[in-house]
Amino acid sequence: MKVRYFAWVRERVGVAEEDVDPPAGIATVGEFVAWLSQRGDGYAYAFENPKVIRAAIDKSHVHANARIAGAGEIAFFPPMTGG
Amino acid sequence: MAATVTIAPDKTIRLQREAFDIAAEVAALTRGRADIGAVVTFTGVCRADENGEAIAALTLEHYPDMAEAEIARHVEEARTRWPLLGVTVIHRYGRIAPGEVIVLVVTASSHRAAAFAAAEFLMDYLKTRAPFWKQVETPAGKEWVEAKAADNSAAERWAAQAPRDRLSKGRS
Repeated sequence: MKVRYFAWVRERVGVAEEDVDPPAGIATVGEFVAWLSQRGDGYAYAFENPKVIRAAIDKSHVHANARIAGAGEIAFFPPMTGG
Repeated sequence: MAATVTIAPDKTIRLQREAFDIAAEVAALTRGRADIGAVVTFTGVCRADENGEAIAALTLEHYPDMAEAEIARHVEEARTRWPLLGVTVIHRYGRIAPGEVIVLVVTASSHRAAAFAAAEFLMDYLKTRAPFWKQVETPAGKEWVEAKAADNSAAERWAAQAPRDRLSKGRS
């Protein structure tokens, strides 16, 4: 599964994108975040406060309880500050 | 009499590094159209300060394909709420210096109420839902701009209003 990171989430994780293979028990975006945060110090720092993390599956916003099955691309980023 | 009439595209969404020309964008949207009676433009401009701190520039990061898709979703939502005759949204990315333009929203309708409301609606959603992130260059270094609670409340108030409210039928 392709995962992309943006803004300070990207800086803390240390890469802009990567392919990861979460274990079968990871069903939701929230569980995926918890699993990612155990992959290293950068991940733990990026996801230290999961409530502020926004997510998108295949380029549409989703909530933490969204299911990841079938997702081609999942993105994680901070609250948006455009406009 | 004009021999040819160019029908302007009624929806333009563009993400670009370079600046844009507001007058040219309005002209492109309204050229050859006799049905448009109101054009509202909103232009976001880079300030020289963020939270009272001087900045040398800001850099906008974005999620390319999602940004276009997300803006398109909100343009469609605006068109279900108000009788719009044209919409242009241009958002820049990359490094932008104080005084330079950042974002442009142009809405056209027969009457002004719909054009004003739709422009405000689109900007409120651009701020909170379009995947862009600002980083500013301060004397202390680069800092990511924090999302403002006021921007979230501005976007949320539209959710409380049913689409096609009375503005859509109002006359200017």
